[in-house]
Amino acid sequence: MIEIEKLKNKARWVRDETLKLHSLLPEVRVASCLSDIEIFVALYYGDILKYDATQPRYPDRDRFVISKGHGAVSLYPILADLGFFDSNELTKIGTPESMLVAIPDSTIPGFEMTNGSLGHGLGTACGIALGLRARGGKQNVYVLCGDGELNEGSVWEAVMLASFQKLSNLILIVDNNKISMLGYQKDILDLEPLSTKFEAFNWQSRTVDGHNLSEIYDALNDFKHDKSNRPKVLIADTVKGNGVADLCGDPLCHVRSLNSDVISGLIASNK
Amino acid sequence: MNNDTKTMRDALIEQIYLKMREDENIFFLTADFGAPALDRIRKNFKSRFVNVGIAEQNLVNVATGLAMEGFAVYAYAIAGFLSMRAYEQIRTNLAIHAQHKCLNVNLIGVGAGVSYDMSGPSHHCMEDLTIIRTLPNIVLFSPSDFTMAEKFTDYSLAVKKPKYIRLDGKAIRRIYPEQTEFDWEKGFFVLKEGHETCIISTGYMTHKALRVAQAAADKKKTVGVIDLFMLKTFDRESIAAKLKTYKRLITIEEGFKNKGGLDSLVLQIVNEHNISAEVKNFGFDDKYNFICQKREALYAQNSFADNDVSAMI
Repeated sequence: MIEIEKLKNKARWVRDETLKLHSLLPEVRVASCLSDIEIFVALYYGDILKYDATQPRYPDRDRFVISKGHGAVSLYPILADLGFFDSNELTKIGTPESMLVAIPDSTIPGFEMTNGSLGHGLGTACGIALGLRARGGKQNVYVLCGDGELNEGSVWEAVMLASFQKLSNLILIVDNNKISMLGYQKDILDLEPLSTKFEAFNWQSRTVDGHNLSEIYDALNDFKHDKSNRPKVLIADTVKGNGVADLCGDPLCHVRSLNSDVISGLIASNK
Repeated sequence: MNNDTKTMRDALIEQIYLKMREDENIFFLTADFGAPALDRIRKNFKSRFVNVGIAEQNLVNVATGLAMEGFAVYAYAIAGFLSMRAYEQIRTNLAIHAQHKCLNVNLIGVGAGVSYDMSGPSHHCMEDLTIIRTLPNIVLFSPSDFTMAEKFTDYSLAVKKPKYIRLDGKAIRRIYPEQTEFDWEKGFFVLKEGHETCIISTGYMTHKALRVAQAAADKKKTVGVIDLFMLKTFDRESIAAKLKTYKRLITIEEGFKNKGGLDSLVLQIVNEHNISAEVKNFGFDDKYNFICQKREALYAQNSFADNDVSAMI
């Protein structure tokens, strides 16, 4: 049994650690990194994702492609906590001595790809899923995209292929934080109703509160055991800059940085 | 089609088919682009042949994912669309990624230069030599005949790097006898030793180079011909030693002239090695060609008909 309270505590801890990383490296896109924390926590601490921190590339692992690379710094503390790399790396972020950078690359244990350029992850994951299936593997391929990322046409080339090829081992999670760089997606290139669009392409779709660990866990656990022959999408409704009131209300929060006094205050109030 | 004329794509794909029969680790992907030789692969390897649809970006992305899982992948499309529609996919997922990972993705682009002569500027591919050459970690192969294209198969499987294979769209004549062994690391082939003048060419232009050399021979002049087929990478020292022996170097390429393709590459070697030869470059002028006409007429219009090249010798 997964204890949701434990997951919630982890999420709070990850938030603080992410804020600390941002204070060390202001280039970290902190608002993007705060919206997907519960997704990472459910995957790694909720027994959804199969991994081995001591052998990050072991063949039986589930693959996790983080297509919204700029929002993945909040995964660093989790990977360090689980032993993918030494926790000391976290304090060295952004220095020439550290492997940790503002946008993760595949030299970091636990990251499959070099992301940062949007719209590549889902198509690449389709290739991984085809390859695993050809070998009769039981692994799943998880992908994290942002909702703004769905503006990229290449994503929809992959959406079409995934259902046509019946990639049942492919699970896309959309961090639907509703804001891209210049404001709300509804004012830029509105894709709502999003789930209807995926269903029209013959995907299985489910929408949850992306900060409710119980809902995320239940949905991912169902998807993990689903035997249908369709790819699956979890639309996680999230808040960009979640947990930081000052960021949440700001349509331009994508490019905002927080100063270290603000960060110290936030961490103190989270105790 | 006689025994001495064949498309490079059919020659290569026939070999890939034979390899796929022996090796389950090979995938063939296409962006809905065909070839007579491809039909056997479509029919016999249903799970390892994937038509991603008319979607070159996804072609490269799916190929990347398969290569990440250790498969050798061929990704097949029209050259101009593969190299330019999917350029950022090639750069981000293949070139960047391949710096520290083995990714055996063989991009096969068909329709080099104006081999789709009658289809107009959208199908002419004048840019790929330049733009692919600028990417680190990618092999750039530009064969001049079908023997060379088919002989590349073993190398394409053995060397686990991203590669761009630039194929002519037309059935063209054989240059190299079937038994020819190519030195892929050296990357060039001296087809004719000459005196004073040497032509350096790639792809179909090597046929032009040989014709020009023959015309010169008829006038008792021996012109050298070097077929540079691995534009990335090749043995620079070795080719420089050859070029040093000439007083005049002529480059011919089916791409824009002086834009970073074959000519720039040769000029760079000339500079690096203080070669004192005079250099003349032939290729397409800095504009697109809209008139519907045959290949030779397009060369003439851009001042590199055989006679234009011969006039320099």
